[in-house]
Amino acid sequence: MSAPSQTPAAAGAASNTPSSTAPSASTTNADASSAAAALKPIQVKLVLLGEAAVGKSSLVLRFVNNEFQENKEPTIGAAFLTQKCKLDDKIIKFEIWDTAGQERFHSLAPMYYRNAQAAVVVYDITKAASLDKAKSWVKELQRQANPNIVIALVGNKLDLAATSRAVPAEEASAYATEAGLLFAEASAKTGDNVMDVFTEIAKKIPLEQLLASRGRAGASGASGAGAAGRVDLNAGPGGRNAPQGQCGC
Amino acid sequence: MDEEYDVIVLGTGLTECILSGLLSVEGKKVLHMDRNDYYGGESASLNLTQLYRKFRPGQEPPSTFGRDRDWNVDLIPKFAMASGEFTNILYHTDVTRYLEFRQIAGSYVYRDARISKVPSNNTEAVSSPLMGIFEKRRAKKFFEFIQAYDFTNPATHQGLDLNTVPMTEVYKKFGLETGTQDFLGHALALHLDDAYLTQPAKETYERICLYMNSMARYGKSPYIYPLYGLGELPQGFARLSAIYGGTYMLSKKIDEVVYENGKVVGVKSEGETAKTKAVIGDPTYFSDKVKKAGQVVRAICILNHSIPNTADADSLQIVIPQNQVNRSHDIYVAAVSYAHNVSAKDYWVAIVSTLVETAKPEEELQPALALLGPIAEKFVDITDLYEPTTDGKAEGVFVTKSYDATSHFETVCQDVKDVYKRVTGNELKVENMVKKQEEGGAAE
Repeated sequence: MSAPSQTPAAAGAASNTPSSTAPSASTTNADASSAAAALKPIQVKLVLLGEAAVGKSSLVLRFVNNEFQENKEPTIGAAFLTQKCKLDDKIIKFEIWDTAGQERFHSLAPMYYRNAQAAVVVYDITKAASLDKAKSWVKELQRQANPNIVIALVGNKLDLAATSRAVPAEEASAYATEAGLLFAEASAKTGDNVMDVFTEIAKKIPLEQLLASRGRAGASGASGAGAAGRVDLNAGPGGRNAPQGQCGC
Repeated sequence: MDEEYDVIVLGTGLTECILSGLLSVEGKKVLHMDRNDYYGGESASLNLTQLYRKFRPGQEPPSTFGRDRDWNVDLIPKFAMASGEFTNILYHTDVTRYLEFRQIAGSYVYRDARISKVPSNNTEAVSSPLMGIFEKRRAKKFFEFIQAYDFTNPATHQGLDLNTVPMTEVYKKFGLETGTQDFLGHALALHLDDAYLTQPAKETYERICLYMNSMARYGKSPYIYPLYGLGELPQGFARLSAIYGGTYMLSKKIDEVVYENGKVVGVKSEGETAKTKAVIGDPTYFSDKVKKAGQVVRAICILNHSIPNTADADSLQIVIPQNQVNRSHDIYVAAVSYAHNVSAKDYWVAIVSTLVETAKPEEELQPALALLGPIAEKFVDITDLYEPTTDGKAEGVFVTKSYDATSHFETVCQDVKDVYKRVTGNELKVENMVKKQEEGGAAE
């Protein structure tokens, strides 16, 4: 893991390379790179859920991209976006998965929220039906996802609250409390509360537990069940350099 | 959906999803539909409720099997060869980002009514209980020959040009017994029957190399398997397609494929027609364009113990070569367990399969079932295998093949390449197709 290179311009120019190299989003920026070099980031998979057009992608682009890079096009071909969050003495690296439009026709695959440690379920405060859809996603996560998943319910488009609010904050908040979710209203457009949502999630993730289970996963040599025997295919395909029809051994 | 697409794909099995992913990455506008409300079709992995609904309608799963969500039971048993073409496609499309893989812990072969580990190099051959002392020496020479063989260097050929000589000649040259031929041809080269013996040896040589290279990759076996079951694979490629702009619709009843002047022009679903120039679909969507090419029997067995004589392996493959049990086709056992997140704790799922040869398919599996110890529950599935009757170019309708009886995904890749070429006119080249994302797992 190399320290983040502080070159947002270059990162913006490289198409299809969504991994943000922007400095730490939430708390401190100034010496984020030196801190990052000293600390090993803890990777956390975070998934976005919610009805189409509630602003899921916008929230994440607000969180991930440098604020001054406004007109970034929606990323095509990105498996996920990443952003780091500094929390006390730890650095969390969010790996943020967007739905890629698969929620539009009820076609989001269960694989999507497999092993997610966090989920942001988004609704639109100007559309009452979008909260119902959010509730059904929460139910699905509680039934199918990792039992320790941290779920945040986020009412987006807070900037429109004065003119066209359709969901009272109290109603959504009461539901969130009852269902054990983090709750916030936010605006991807103005940036209001966006960073806070992710910081609150970071605080609530059981990091020690996560590290402990990954520590076990890393222990090799044990036979039978457990996490030994995992293989990392991202390191490269086997024998890919061996010419066709020749034994590489 | 009243739009125009470059390609409409019907059915979300693995073959169709890989094709959707590849075509989307190339910039084609893809619409992908499935009549089911889940991904995968025949290549889905089922939870307990779905499994019982399919095989035991009206019956509840026993409570001893635990939570529904812990189960992901495959219908078609296959493993990925660690150095095979399927792994290559996974890597070059970056689909490896969405999935986690684990080794299959052992590869076994049946000989003289017992199972032993498959030796895959000259060192292992020397210690294998499969052969006597003299046969071991001969096998060692054979492995040395395979490892040294270079098509461009006749000095390594020992008088055998593998492009032309049949495999029987190669066996004869090294004086290998028929029992040894059984495990070389069936457990290493993974031939399903003995037709290969009279064919040029090159293909068998390449298959043995694939096995050895895959074995060398991670050590315990040549196979790897995705956590949560094979059903994750089509979902991974569907996501690849979606992030490159592919549109996905599940629970879509297909009314008809629409033709004009003998060419496909669209697909009608629930009263709406999506326009297109090409349609790809699995055989279940085109019963009029396929023919039966065989029949497979598969028994999905749930066990509450590891398979006897495998040192408590959490997963394995057993090949029973046809000759050993007086058949024409091999029997395979593919077993995975809770270590792969496919079952509740301390359960194993073993799928026994073979090509049907008699009127009593289930009985044909008996030699393999007898190796498993007590079976807690068994679901038997007999499926016809279909293949397309035409290449589809005239109409612009391209039908994929059913999933065959082989134990790995190499033939699925062949079908993908074949359909890809029929659709696009080009050979598939996955290398550098996707700009790979910065190492997200670098922190690990």
